[in-house]
Amino acid sequence: MTSAIAFLLAATFVISVGGLALLVWALVNDQFTMGPKAARTIFGPGEVGKVEDPATPRLVKDRMQQERGAVEAPDAEQQEELELRAKADQSTRVPVTWWLASSLFWLLLGSVLGVIASIKMHAPEWLVSEAFLTFGRIRPAHLNVVAYGWSSMAGVGIGVWLIPRLFKVALQGGAYATAGAIIWNIGLAVGVWALLAGHSDGMEWLEFPWPVDILLVIGGALVALPLILSLLKRRVQHLYVSAWYLLAALIWFPMLFITANLPNLFGGVEQSMLNWWYAHNVLGLWMTPLGLAAAYYFIPKIVGAPIYSYSLSLIGFWALALFYSQVGLHHLIGGPIPTWAITISIVHSVMMVIPVVAVAINHHMTVAAHWRLLLYSPTLRFVVLGAVAYTLSSIQGSMQALRGVNTITHFTHYTVAHAHLGLYGFMSLVLFGSIYFVVPRLTGREWPYPKLIAAHFWLVFVGFAIYFIPLSIGGWLQGLAMLDATRPFMESVSLTMPYLTARSVGGTLMTLGHAIFALHAVLALVRGGPLRRDAALFRPVPATRVGEAGS
Amino acid sequence: MTRALAIIAAAAMILLFAALMIVVMPAIQLQATVKAPEGLEPYSEQAARGRDVYISLGCVYCHSQQPRDPSIGPDAQRGWGRASVPADYVYDSPHLLGSMRTGPDLFNIGVRQPSQDWHLTHLYNSRSVSPMSIMPSYPFLFEVKPEAEDGDVVVSLPPDYAVDGVLVAKQDALDLVQYLLELDRSYPVDVIPMAEEE
Repeated sequence: MTSAIAFLLAATFVISVGGLALLVWALVNDQFTMGPKAARTIFGPGEVGKVEDPATPRLVKDRMQQERGAVEAPDAEQQEELELRAKADQSTRVPVTWWLASSLFWLLLGSVLGVIASIKMHAPEWLVSEAFLTFGRIRPAHLNVVAYGWSSMAGVGIGVWLIPRLFKVALQGGAYATAGAIIWNIGLAVGVWALLAGHSDGMEWLEFPWPVDILLVIGGALVALPLILSLLKRRVQHLYVSAWYLLAALIWFPMLFITANLPNLFGGVEQSMLNWWYAHNVLGLWMTPLGLAAAYYFIPKIVGAPIYSYSLSLIGFWALALFYSQVGLHHLIGGPIPTWAITISIVHSVMMVIPVVAVAINHHMTVAAHWRLLLYSPTLRFVVLGAVAYTLSSIQGSMQALRGVNTITHFTHYTVAHAHLGLYGFMSLVLFGSIYFVVPRLTGREWPYPKLIAAHFWLVFVGFAIYFIPLSIGGWLQGLAMLDATRPFMESVSLTMPYLTARSVGGTLMTLGHAIFALHAVLALVRGGPLRRDAALFRPVPATRVGEAGS
Repeated sequence: MTRALAIIAAAAMILLFAALMIVVMPAIQLQATVKAPEGLEPYSEQAARGRDVYISLGCVYCHSQQPRDPSIGPDAQRGWGRASVPADYVYDSPHLLGSMRTGPDLFNIGVRQPSQDWHLTHLYNSRSVSPMSIMPSYPFLFEVKPEAEDGDVVVSLPPDYAVDGVLVAKQDALDLVQYLLELDRSYPVDVIPMAEEE
């Protein structure tokens, strides 16, 4: 034991000194090109200042442009760049359609499973006749479907679509990504069946049995190929911030997923540490990078302005890597594991404030100057709200890791509400917005029914408020009741009933919104519905605002 | 940044370092120091099968198995047992520490409720013994027969929940209850004494 620690200390020292040397070398050789020029990588020549929403038609886009502040019409060189980009967008059509369409299916299934699980909490006699309908099977099925089906598949789909945009080259090896989607879907289908049939590995976030894990690893490896192949052929020198997140997620997810699923690595409490290290990092180092990669691309592109402070995004990225990776054991505060390890996780949870504030400044300040566009652009409104939820849920998470707060919130529904603020408020809203941007550029047609977009937005917005606020309050009261020795345990159960009922109402509204969204998206993907001459925005952009609008 | 390989390699190194810090190091420490306590027996064969039923039905999503120190919460006063230590878990794989207390902690349920009969009734319909409970009913772990046969374990039910005939526990229910009855960590363990607060 002593020799092991000595070895690790020595290794840490050598690695740190090596890292420092590397950093000095990188600075001397100008490896971090961080100036405002780098932030413009995602814009074509002369494109800064131009909005990139809606996709079509020209007239509305021009009005949107006026709303922002008019610029000169593109010259021939710029026009050529735009045509090249449209072609590159098209190169992703088949694989991205596969990943996104699949994610829509899992979104619907996951939502229905979530509502069933939620109702069961206040109607315990509902659907109890069969084992596969019991709460303890529906709940993990919900989690795995929304995590690995909806969020991961939609996130990967958006990531694949971003590849040509980030590297300025047509997607290379798109067929691998399509094959990956098919295998990933098979894995999920088998996995959901396994969970409902009772073949769970028994650990939260790691319930899928090993054959499913293998399918997901193969599917994931296949979809990684186009990223690497396109990277090798890239026409840009500087890698834009979205690309850093995608590249890091590419290596983090397999490391986490394979390590955590290795059979018989640990038993007992050691396993619980591995379990929660994985469960928190799959959010922080897989979902979060996918969501941030999308937000970092769409926000500046739609408002037509480079990211507020590009150097800050460097801090945001590396601080996320350093601090998030050590988080997770705070899920075991008060549990039977070494206190020093829990303390490391708490410290790093609080340190997460640094990357979160860095990202928040970048996202929110970029939008602030052009906030009027939020009135019109569905993508911008969803993504910006998602970015706000990221800030809120991250700060909340840092607070929750503190022992004083955690003592109350641990083991309660408060934690469940927090998890949904992150994975739904942040991740899902960003994905919704991204899909609204991507689909017209795959099909060459606008969304057929703008009213459905508005319905989707308000249903999930109001639904999520009804979900999150009561559940947080109920969970907090539940925690206080559990800590009070003078109140019987049953009081902590019965006092949550109205809050759990409200959660079901909110969840149902959200599910309704998802149904509208999924139907609309399928219609758009098969080029159904009317061919619109105007753009699918939340409201029409007024024709004459030239001179007074924008900056 | 211009070098993709550098980003990937650095990202991987950071995660590797984190894994060493908060997973491997504590695991090395635990494996070097933790031994099975004298009072702890491995699960019986039936209880091990029951543990699989516990996992398969997802009991862990509402019940923790980690009573905490009195300085954190009144777990001991609720009868959930002394604070657990790593040695209590040497026979647990997968671990079932849990993250929710929608229901009470079960690490010492065998001490608190040592009656097989009570557990069976509670599993069939928890509200028959605990009116405010929101635990699901598990009717599929039981079957209704006109009359009991040899070797059948008949479940006793309050009048409001009576069935037409007798209610007999299936093997899964018996195994699960055996597991719950063996959840007993009332033996003494060595713990590091807590520091006195100033």
